[in-house]
Parts: sequence; C-alpha cells; structure tokens
Amino acid sequence: MAEIVLDGVTKRYPDGTTAVDRFDLRIADHEFVILVGPSGCGKSTTLNMIAGLEDITEGELRIDGARVNEKAPRDRDIAMVFQSYALYPHMTVRENIAFPLKLAKLAKTEIDAKVEHAADLLDLKPHLDRRPANLSGGQRQRVAMGRAIVRSPKAFLMDEPLSNLDAKLRVQMRTSISRLQKNLGTTTVYVTHDQTEAMTLGDRIVIMRSGLIQQVGAPQELYDHPANLFVAGFIGSPSMNFLPAEVSEGGLRTGIGTIPLGDRVRRAMATRRVPGEVIVGLRPEAFQDAALAGDPGHGGTFTDSVDILESMGSEKLAYFTLESGAAQSEHLAEVARDAGADDVPGVVQIVAQLDPKSAAREGRPMKIWFDSDAVHLFDPKSGSNLTEV
Amino acid sequence: MKARWALVDLVVLVYALVPVLWIVSLSFKDPSTFTDGSFVPTRWTWANYSGIFRNDDFTRGLINSIGIGLISTFVAILFGTMAAYAVARLTFPGKKVLVGFSLLIAMFPQISLVTPLFQIERGLGLFNTWLGLILPYITFALPLTIYTLSAFFREIPWELEKAAKMDGATPFQAFRQVIAPLAAPGMVTTAILAFITCWNDFLFAISLTSSNAARTAPATISFFTGSSQFEDPTGSISAAAVVITAPIVIFVLFFQRRIVAGLTSGAVKG
Repeated sequence: MAEIVLDGVTKRYPDGTTAVDRFDLRIADHEFVILVGPSGCGKSTTLNMIAGLEDITEGELRIDGARVNEKAPRDRDIAMVFQSYALYPHMTVRENIAFPLKLAKLAKTEIDAKVEHAADLLDLKPHLDRRPANLSGGQRQRVAMGRAIVRSPKAFLMDEPLSNLDAKLRVQMRTSISRLQKNLGTTTVYVTHDQTEAMTLGDRIVIMRSGLIQQVGAPQELYDHPANLFVAGFIGSPSMNFLPAEVSEGGLRTGIGTIPLGDRVRRAMATRRVPGEVIVGLRPEAFQDAALAGDPGHGGTFTDSVDILESMGSEKLAYFTLESGAAQSEHLAEVARDAGADDVPGVVQIVAQLDPKSAAREGRPMKIWFDSDAVHLFDPKSGSNLTEV
Repeated sequence: MKARWALVDLVVLVYALVPVLWIVSLSFKDPSTFTDGSFVPTRWTWANYSGIFRNDDFTRGLINSIGIGLISTFVAILFGTMAAYAVARLTFPGKKVLVGFSLLIAMFPQISLVTPLFQIERGLGLFNTWLGLILPYITFALPLTIYTLSAFFREIPWELEKAAKMDGATPFQAFRQVIAPLAAPGMVTTAILAFITCWNDFLFAISLTSSNAARTAPATISFFTGSSQFEDPTGSISAAAVVITAPIVIFVLFFQRRIVAGLTSGAVKG
C-alpha cells in the first residue's frame, strides 16, 4: 500500500529524443490509475521508470514520501505484470509464483501457504504443478497476476496485461482484475492503448501523447469534458464526430447546417477569443432520429441518406457521409493514425447513435435531430476545447 | 524416387565411411597381412591394441588430451558465457570491435602463429606444459563459444530478466536462476563443440610440446615407431586412431540433434 508521486519526471535518451516530458502525477494509496495513449506516447516508459527498469533523466519519483530514483527495482517493493506475462518457462506454476518469495528468503512453510492462497484467489489450484507451456493464454495471465500479488507489494504495475488475450476473455479478465484490485486495495498503475479498458477499469485516467500528459481525470469527466481535440477523439467508442465550422452571428455553419449556439456555449465563448474557423465536436449519442426525438427546443436537424446501419440490439449506429471536407488538425490526424483509420480525405463520416426503435434503413434518406447543447468547440490550431473553462 | 535417393545416400555413405572402416580394418590386421589388399582382415588380432598400451606413452597422451580438453572447454565456456551474454544483451562502446576481433581470431590461420607462440612459450616457460596448450586452445575456442552462445541468449526474451528483477532478483540471481537454466542446452552444445575442437587439434599439440608431459594423443600417435626399425607402426597408428575417434563418434551420435541446433542457431531466428 503506497502513495506514488511523480514530480516532473522526464526521460530523455542519449540521442536527444524526449520520451516523457515533465510528468507530474500524485497517485493516491489504493488508487487504480490508467496510463493510456497511442503507441509511442511514453506510457510504457513512464511505467518502466516507476518500476526502476529505466533511469529517470530528470525529476523525482517518490514512493511513500521517500525518493526512489536511484533504487534498484528489487528495493522498490513493486510487482509488475508484463504484456508477454514473462513466465519462467523452466519452472512450474508453483515455482513461478513462489519465485519472488524464494528470493526474499521466506521460510518454506510460509512460501507454501502464500502460494496456495494466491492460487486459490486466482483459481489456479489444479494447475500448480504444470509448466507455463501447457497453460492456456488466460491461465498464463492469471499466473502472472499470481506472481505479482503473492508478496503483497506496495504497488502493482501492469503493462498491457490483457492485450494478448482474445476479445471475450479480455472482457472477463477485465472484471476480475478490477475485482482483485478492489479486494486487495493495492495501488495500481495500468498501461493500455485501449480506451475501453481505460474507461472501464480506472479510478482515474491519464491520457498521454508524445510524452506529455494531455488530461488527468475520472473516466466520465474525460468523456464529458475533454480538454482538447486529442482527448475528445481518443476517448469514446464510436468516437466523437468532428466537423469544420465557421463562427457566425446565427450560430456555427457546418456541413450539417447551422448549429444554433446554446447558452452554455455562448457563455464559454464570451470568456475567450474564439477564432473564426473552429472544429465542432458532437458525440454519436448527441444525435437522434428526428421522428423519435420530439422537439426538446435546443437543437437542429439535417437530412441525409444512411450509408451503413449497424444494429447493435440496444442501439442502432447510422453512418452518414458528408461531402463538405473533413476537419483538418494535426491533433485529429494522430488519433486517426492510431486507430488505423486514415480516412479518405475530403469526406466526413458522421456516426449517429440512434434509438433501436428508429425506422432508419440503409440507403434511405432520414431526418436526424442533434442536440446543440452537447456541442464542443475546438481551436483547430492549439486543439484546446473552447467550451470548457 | 525413393530408390534414387537411397542410391545417392549409399554413395555418400560409402565415400565417407570407407576410409574409416579401412582404418578399423587395419587396426585388427596382423602386421604380416597389412599389404594383402584384403578389406576384411584375414587374420584378426588384438595385438595392435594391446601394443599401444604396452608402455604408458599413449595412455599419457590420452590423459593429457582429456585433461587439457576439459580445462580449456570449461574456461572457454565460463568466459564465453559472460562475453556472449554481454554481446547479446548490453550495448557498450566497442561492442562491434569486440565481435569483429573474435571473428578475426576464428579466421586466423593457425599455422602462422605456431612459430611466434613457440618462441613466446619458451621465453615464458610455458613450452611443453598443459598451460602452454590450454591458453591457445581457449583463444581459439572462445570465438566459437561467444558466437554460438550469444545466438542462444538472443532467443531468451528480455522480459524474463526484467520480470526477475521486479521479483526481487539481483542481476546475478536473475542470470543464475532464470537465464542460465534456459541457456543450458546451448551451453552443453557449445561445450561439446569446443571440446571436439581441442581434442582434434594436432598443429599446436605437435609444435608446443616436446615430451609426454603435455603431448596430447594425436601428437603421441605421430611418434609411434615399430619395436625395431624394420617393423612398421601402421597397426599401432590405426589402433590409436580408432581409440581417439571412437569417443567422438559416440558423443556426436548421442548429441547429434544438439550439435546441429548449436551450429544453426540464430540462422533462422536471429
């Protein structure tokens, strides 16, 4: 159990590249913190610096108030779960889990008791005498967890521990990791590139990009109040729709018509200088089938034909293509690159999350209502959210 | 198709094995029938074998060979393991130079070193001692061990070491308890290859020794003479050749798979 404080922690390589730039974060005791971002954003480097596997170039890392920059990993009392699990192939499951205890020179009876307890907790009892090569992916993952929890360390570090599992098992293991962490109450830092994992697991999420923290907050907070374009595009699935817009007296002129300015947006815009060209962000759930939406008063409508309709059972996802030109910003380009979806240039795709009762059909035009109060405005240059104070 | 392959196999086998069988045949022939031209001995005898063990020259040679071979192999593996680990895992200044130099040593024509080594060893008092042979053997076995072992080390995932460190191991404990056991097959293979290299050496053995204090078996054989100047030592030489070849053949047959793995490791997954 421990509090971990990163105070201006920086990692710079000899060739001059900065992997992590002045990382400030206070991780409270018992907290479950997620580091998330596209590959190469510095999240794993940050984790390795906390672990002691990489040196800290600048700044200070404190665990329970004591500076640990110069301490070797084994003197930090932290356990780590690796993406590849890193199980020792020449040892049985029992020996794998017992390894940290053996190194700590515990008595044999104590080691046995602790290994049994951990195996019990993770449902590994029947496999204790097997070798990692004879285990399934999920079992290996649990052994890696067992090796981490067995010595009750001050903190757990997890480096994409679920990314090698198939989709169904991943969801299952996600809840069991969450339950385990709640029961043990051990401070945990978890690295992932999967925003769904980040949203579902963490008490707090740290979003990183090119070595810099973009935003820190609870999952809902990041979803509702993204600090910038990058966060807005990264969090949420399906992701936020972005449209280039011109600010005018009547509202925001976009490819889906003019969006009237709500009170909230007006107030936020009054506090700062807003450029003439902005990017409008609308979450898929800000849209609704106009036939079902009624008229709540705030909002607008547009009509377009449905390109593709995905029926998820609990909702319908309708995809529209606008010929109006996509929102241009390097901040969005990076999100798109990470998602592997470098879209066709000049085409905007809009995803609307509709009620399952909607009568929308593929290839048919339909009238869509959108909530103008749910609009986020972003500065295309700096990427910052103009509607957040 | 099968028959054609069988024929090719047979040709290769005969080509490779006839000289070996000939030596075996010679070693069982009675000295008076050496020149009878028969492939199978007409008069079988153990006399050649009992002859080479009659005085202790050849026995000394065997002891020297085994002792010098084992010590050279052990030291080469010990240093080779450490060097290979460094080459496979660490980045340090001069790494390329080190690897290049060890390759250079492996390629160096040994004959060109014999005269300088002879002079140096005489000056240092190493001439005709075990150490005088062990040192050059280690030198020539090290490049081989570094190469083979670093290929084995590279196949061990780095994360295992990181995991060991996180589990509380010192770097030495991580090496000793996680990396070394995983590299053990590679070490055995490399040791066998290194030992065979030392065992087979003739050039250094003949040039750097002058008595049976350090002369190894292959060199001892070249000093065989008949009991009189009219007697031909062919029988004794054949018998001795069979004695020093047999253990290697058995060894290689036994560890065949391992040795092939050692020679090709890193070839596919580097």
